[in-house]
Amino acid sequence: MKQRQGPVPRVVAPVKSLVQRFAYVGLIMAAFGIMMLGKADTVLFETVRAHITDSVAPIMNVLSRPAATVSEIVAKGQEIIHLRAENARLREANSRLLQWETVARHLEHENESLRELSNIATDGVNRYVTVRVIGDSGGTFAHSLVLSAGQRQGVRKGQAVVAGEGLVGRVHGVGQLSSRALLITDLNSRIPVLVESTRLRGILAGDNSQRPKLIHLPPGGTVAPGDRLVTSGHGGAFPQGLPVGTVVSVSDEGIEIQPFVDRHRLEYVRTVDYGLTGILATSSGEEEAKAEEEPAVGTTAPVER
Amino acid sequence: MKQSVWYQLDRTARGLTPFALAVLMVMVAATPIHIPELARIMPAVALVAVYHWTLYRPELLPAPAVFVLGLFQDFLAGGPVGIGTLVLMGVYGALLGQRGFFYGKSFAVVWMGFVLVAAFAKFLSWMLLSAYYSMAVTPDAFFFQYLLTIMIFPPISAFLLRWQRNILRQE
Repeated sequence: MKQRQGPVPRVVAPVKSLVQRFAYVGLIMAAFGIMMLGKADTVLFETVRAHITDSVAPIMNVLSRPAATVSEIVAKGQEIIHLRAENARLREANSRLLQWETVARHLEHENESLRELSNIATDGVNRYVTVRVIGDSGGTFAHSLVLSAGQRQGVRKGQAVVAGEGLVGRVHGVGQLSSRALLITDLNSRIPVLVESTRLRGILAGDNSQRPKLIHLPPGGTVAPGDRLVTSGHGGAFPQGLPVGTVVSVSDEGIEIQPFVDRHRLEYVRTVDYGLTGILATSSGEEEAKAEEEPAVGTTAPVER
Repeated sequence: MKQSVWYQLDRTARGLTPFALAVLMVMVAATPIHIPELARIMPAVALVAVYHWTLYRPELLPAPAVFVLGLFQDFLAGGPVGIGTLVLMGVYGALLGQRGFFYGKSFAVVWMGFVLVAAFAKFLSWMLLSAYYSMAVTPDAFFFQYLLTIMIFPPISAFLLRWQRNILRQE
């Protein structure tokens, strides 16, 4: 090597530096091109993303276990500390729930007899898959979860993702072994909802903050802090009545919703197939992108009449 | 000759570790940590890695590696692909010319440099994301992510320096 260092580097060095600079500019342009392409061709990027997520899913599955264990230990410690207060609260809740139970039984009975009369078929859950949350990624760019099951386990695009407390989001991309859930707080999430007490329709729009906004309420419709929101079932993506969140503040900047589901607590979620072939059944990316935005106007419009 | 082959292999394997470490860090940052609100503002670890290696050993994390790292991070994140890559490439390019300034400077100076570069990077990400969606995205998450990222820089950089000395056995 030593002998060759002579006049050659004097020629090679500038050329090499030029090539490197050219490569650098080329890579910048490539990144920019990929960004634009990603906006245009969502299907291709979803496929690539599914493959990449699939290939790192086993590693992330392992990585996510210690984190879960630590959080479990912390949670157990907190439980012991708050045992007494929790106990009192549960007793109170229990007596209240017992009252509710009688009411619910009564309503169930009534509901059944009414249903018999009108012959409505219940849209039951076709099947569900319980999955581990192995990735909580996206940071400032997106709000999504990586789930530990994919196509092979029966997860399909468009299925609802639910936790015990309520709606988490929907399945956004599916690989063979992993899938990705778009949270209701994500900028691209639009969910047709109802105010539970007043039956007002609206759209829950995520904006990458912790609290999504309620938009497209019918004119004159008012909501107050504390109102509960459930899915309305319009657009055919979700069944009616899945709990979504509560109104926390109403101001000029919009109606802020606190989701029932605590994103950071999620360890296991369910992807549920309600057998609904709604707007999300379209396979074309372009139509799908349209479908995500259109119902915002489309489903609320009839209310105004 | 045989020894030389093994030596080369060993050297190459060691040389690949900065990239592998960065990829691993991105994956760790994407695992659910179960701390309230942390997922939204998880520190940008890839930025720390790119800053570190570009200043100390740019040949170990060259432009194509930065590019691939950025793409991996973007695909894993689930958001628009290419924005994070552009930001990392921008940081890489801007730093490469400034290496002389940081040469032999104390860690505090390097950290201050990172505070500035990270501010530029976060601002650029916010601008690009807002341009991508053609709307002003709420900037609060970017700000808190920035604060966390500059706080996490010293421990990660110290770890990478140690790695550089003990595993790469160079300099």
